[in-house]
Amino acid sequence: MTLLDRLGPAPARSRLRLIVIQALVFSLFATLFVRLYYLQVVTGDTYQNRAAAQSVREIVVQPTRGLIVDDQGRPLVANRLSWVVSLDRTTLAKLDPADRTTLLRRVGKVIDLKPRRIEKKLLTCGDEGSEPGVCWNGSPYQPVPVAQDLTQAQAQRLQEQPEDFPGVVVDQQSVRAYPQPFGINAAHLLGYLSPITEGELDAAEKGGDRSVNGASTVGRAGIEQEYDQWLRGMPGYQQVRVDSMGQPIDDEDEVLAQPGDTLVTSIDAKVQSVVEQQLHEAITTARATRDPVTNRNFEADSGAAVVLEADTGRVVAMASQPTYDPSVWVGGISKKQLSALYSEDAGTPLLGRATQGQFAPGSTWKPFMTAAALTNGYSEDTRLPCSSSFQVGNRAFGNHESAAYGSLSFAQALEVSCNTFFYRIGFDYWQQYGSDADDVRAKDPLVEEAKRFGFGQETGIDIPGESPGRIADRRWKKAYYDSMKDYYCGIADKPQDDPANEGISDFVYKFASEFCVEGWKYKVTDAVNFSIGQGDTIVTPLQLARGYAAIANGGTLYAPRVARAVVAADGTVVRRIPPEEVGRVKLPDAVYGYIDEALQGVTRTGTMAWRMGGFPQDEVPIRSKTGSAEVYGKQSTSWVASYSDDYVVVMMVSQAGTGSGASGPGIRKIWEALYGVQGEQVVPDTAAIPGTQLPDRLPSFRDDGSILPPAERED
Amino acid sequence: MAPTGPSSSTLVRLPGVDRLLVGAVVALSVIGTLLVWSATSTRDDLTGGDPRAFLQKQVVNIAIGLALLAVVVVTDHRWVRIVAPLVYLASIGGLVLVLTMGTVVNGSRSWLMLGSLSIQPSEFAKLAVVIGMALVVAERSESRRLRGARGATGADVALMLLIAGVPAVLILAQPDLGTMLVLTATVMGVLAATGAARRWLVLLGLAGVTGAVAAVAAGLLEDYQVDRFLAFTDPTLDPRGAGYNVEQARIAVGNGGLFGQGLFDGSQTRSGFVPEQHTDFVFTVAGEELGLVGASVLIALLGVVLWRALAIAVRADDVFGRVAAAGIACWFGFQAFQNIGMCLGIMPVTGVPLPFVSYGGSSMFASMLAVGLLLNISRRSAEAPSARLQPSRRVLVRA
Repeated sequence: MTLLDRLGPAPARSRLRLIVIQALVFSLFATLFVRLYYLQVVTGDTYQNRAAAQSVREIVVQPTRGLIVDDQGRPLVANRLSWVVSLDRTTLAKLDPADRTTLLRRVGKVIDLKPRRIEKKLLTCGDEGSEPGVCWNGSPYQPVPVAQDLTQAQAQRLQEQPEDFPGVVVDQQSVRAYPQPFGINAAHLLGYLSPITEGELDAAEKGGDRSVNGASTVGRAGIEQEYDQWLRGMPGYQQVRVDSMGQPIDDEDEVLAQPGDTLVTSIDAKVQSVVEQQLHEAITTARATRDPVTNRNFEADSGAAVVLEADTGRVVAMASQPTYDPSVWVGGISKKQLSALYSEDAGTPLLGRATQGQFAPGSTWKPFMTAAALTNGYSEDTRLPCSSSFQVGNRAFGNHESAAYGSLSFAQALEVSCNTFFYRIGFDYWQQYGSDADDVRAKDPLVEEAKRFGFGQETGIDIPGESPGRIADRRWKKAYYDSMKDYYCGIADKPQDDPANEGISDFVYKFASEFCVEGWKYKVTDAVNFSIGQGDTIVTPLQLARGYAAIANGGTLYAPRVARAVVAADGTVVRRIPPEEVGRVKLPDAVYGYIDEALQGVTRTGTMAWRMGGFPQDEVPIRSKTGSAEVYGKQSTSWVASYSDDYVVVMMVSQAGTGSGASGPGIRKIWEALYGVQGEQVVPDTAAIPGTQLPDRLPSFRDDGSILPPAERED
Repeated sequence: MAPTGPSSSTLVRLPGVDRLLVGAVVALSVIGTLLVWSATSTRDDLTGGDPRAFLQKQVVNIAIGLALLAVVVVTDHRWVRIVAPLVYLASIGGLVLVLTMGTVVNGSRSWLMLGSLSIQPSEFAKLAVVIGMALVVAERSESRRLRGARGATGADVALMLLIAGVPAVLILAQPDLGTMLVLTATVMGVLAATGAARRWLVLLGLAGVTGAVAAVAAGLLEDYQVDRFLAFTDPTLDPRGAGYNVEQARIAVGNGGLFGQGLFDGSQTRSGFVPEQHTDFVFTVAGEELGLVGASVLIALLGVVLWRALAIAVRADDVFGRVAAAGIACWFGFQAFQNIGMCLGIMPVTGVPLPFVSYGGSSMFASMLAVGLLLNISRRSAEAPSARLQPSRRVLVRA
């Protein structure tokens, strides 16, 4: 039967038309079916991925960073919750330009930020117009944080009317907090955090490191940087179903974040607090004191103090001035704040003087020179004149305040800090081994001893960015000459009144002329300067403290350690950090004993005695050495290095005059705190650290999250 | 079973009532209601917090629609032809009213708000044009039949175009491009069914194309309107408007795959990514939640409706019935293609509902009335003398 037969009474043409319409309808519907099949089956995967990408938002749950606690379990760095507002760019992209502007203005009003500033924060780093440090570094699917540390009221305003704030995510994130036990600052010790850089993120991704993401902050200095991998924990991921306005509907999937490990340090907050106070006090006092040399008050522009455990090299306290508030880094530092940290006018507060400051050691150098002399031809019986000055060539090298003491032993020379005594030794060695000033390989017992005590190289402390100091020996002089000769010869080659030399002082011109001719030569003047810790040799306060620790403990050179152990959030010890021995200074016990006695003499009757009067020296024998290092164009650097049976304490104040004068009182106060000295009595119960010595056990971590002090050391 | 009204059982028992057509329409309405429910249950902004709000409203719409359908089915066909001019005039009146006091939704003045009730007169206008044109050609050709003339003459065509032209101009003025497209396709279908000479159809087609080109060239349409119209070919032309709809519709449909995410389980639907999803984009709910299988069933059911409508047109023993049934078939067919094609990204984004499935009273009522008319025509053919004279034909057709 044909279709036409079924067409009934309609006219033929009309019937045909109906067939055509039927065919048309059929083909249209067939088209729909084919298209449907194409969308859902052929290209279905693509659309399924896109559907998931837009309806599921992956929220990175940042882990809680590990605590940093002191030897007694007191938190030095903790965390607090901060309200953070983030914007979901996927949702923002769907808004009309006008609505988007309105939204940003509305958000900006609540968080007190200009819409243009918010726009800048929303840009992905590397995109056009993006500003480094402001732009977004994280995942494109993750909401971009635009403001931190909102008040509860601000957070509520944003949360209460979600319909007014499409794509705005408000949540609480954990940020660093500084509980400051006993008012401590310890900024240079602890370090700080800042957002991860693109390079670091790429490196982590390449290395398969899942512990960081674009929104991570990482340790940038101090132990925050050194132990970052333990402290940072592992981020969690939460998948949240969102509606077309970016508002969460329900949770899809969640991987919990793992909190970072707790870092137990050997820092004792109480000692740290005393050390900081005393350093501050020393600087304040110096600034109010007139310098008899320059006839103006001491600048006392910076200072540092270090307390080490003598037998382990553990850092008990470490302070540096000027300092800054570490919490300026929390939630992103402003340009102004950052430039203040680098500002030379403010004394470059970011620079940690204890590990990064390099100063001539002055007379604190002499015990190391004594060790060298006693093992290289001199003996305890040696007597040398301590004249008021010592002639080297055409130049007279004087004693401090031109004092003269007659003939002295090494011990006596250390007690009174006789320069001319040590000049003679430097002069003697130079004549004996190195009178050829061009010979860079000439033997030099003084330089060798200084190197054995670890000077001129990093101590290896677990704080990044340490300075190596410098031993100004023959090799250094040659290398320095090679690097500078073009500059100085450039000055010296022209007459002083040449226009090119404008602004060059007489002194510099004279120096340049001499340097150009024989700057590489290790002359006898260099040798005598070296013997009293002057000249181009520089050390960090930490290096000096470590060197004294080696004298105190019989020659073991440690890489100082701030950290003692890494403890997981559940209290189990993940890793113990033992003291690290990096060298041994092999000297006869008699030599150590001799120096030790001599340094006790410094405290009892020597240059430090006037600061230690009435100190119970018999119960707590303190060995010390003062130093006052001259710096060209500046006031003298004040040094005191000291140690007991247990600890080493070093204090340095730049441009503050003599060692005992500026640093002496602070050193005494620190010793009093360490041993519980009340007046002339030792009251062990009042010692800063219970039991006087650093605990040999870790604090106890309880299930409820509280941390208790360790049980006292059992002797 | 969804509420089909008290009249449904009586309807099906009436002689000549096409059970397949009724079944397909009821099935479409039921599925449509579920899809509308799914699309709105999580949309508190639309429902005001009651997830069943749209379910209830749509059930009421269907009930009213079926009641209207039943009334038309049982009405004597002579009455239908008497009432037809009134239906036409009423819808013209509605279109005029909407232009003067209508409410603008999505850029078009298409809605009449009567209290809480909103009416879209252009939906009824499609039915009115079909009836009006069918009536004119029927009256004129029946008087000519005695003289042995076949097919519509030039004068018939002109008169019919006038009938269609008045509402067309009013709809263009809203402007409602989608309804205009559907109306054009319907008019073409009606003209074809009247047996008008091919040159009229060709001429009309050319005029339409020329008119559209001229409108664009003369700047009658703004650039953004053209971009919006063409966004289905390239969503970036109108990324926040039609382009966004096109993208989201494709994602939702593509996300359905072969078997769909399951009713009430479509992630895109539940999250409300597709705009106008319970009305114009309701097919994307079927695409995402019921998959290729379910969406194909929907297309097949619409196919059944068109097949029955065209069968009724073929079987109709008078010009009015044949032309009206064919017109309705063209209307439903093109509107369904336009709507689904839009959801699949092969037709421009224009606001036309999917008959029986989309949420909305006006569309539901107009469509149900049209089905009522189809059933009325089908009944009349069954009772007509020509049918009785040729009893074998009916048996053959049913076979």
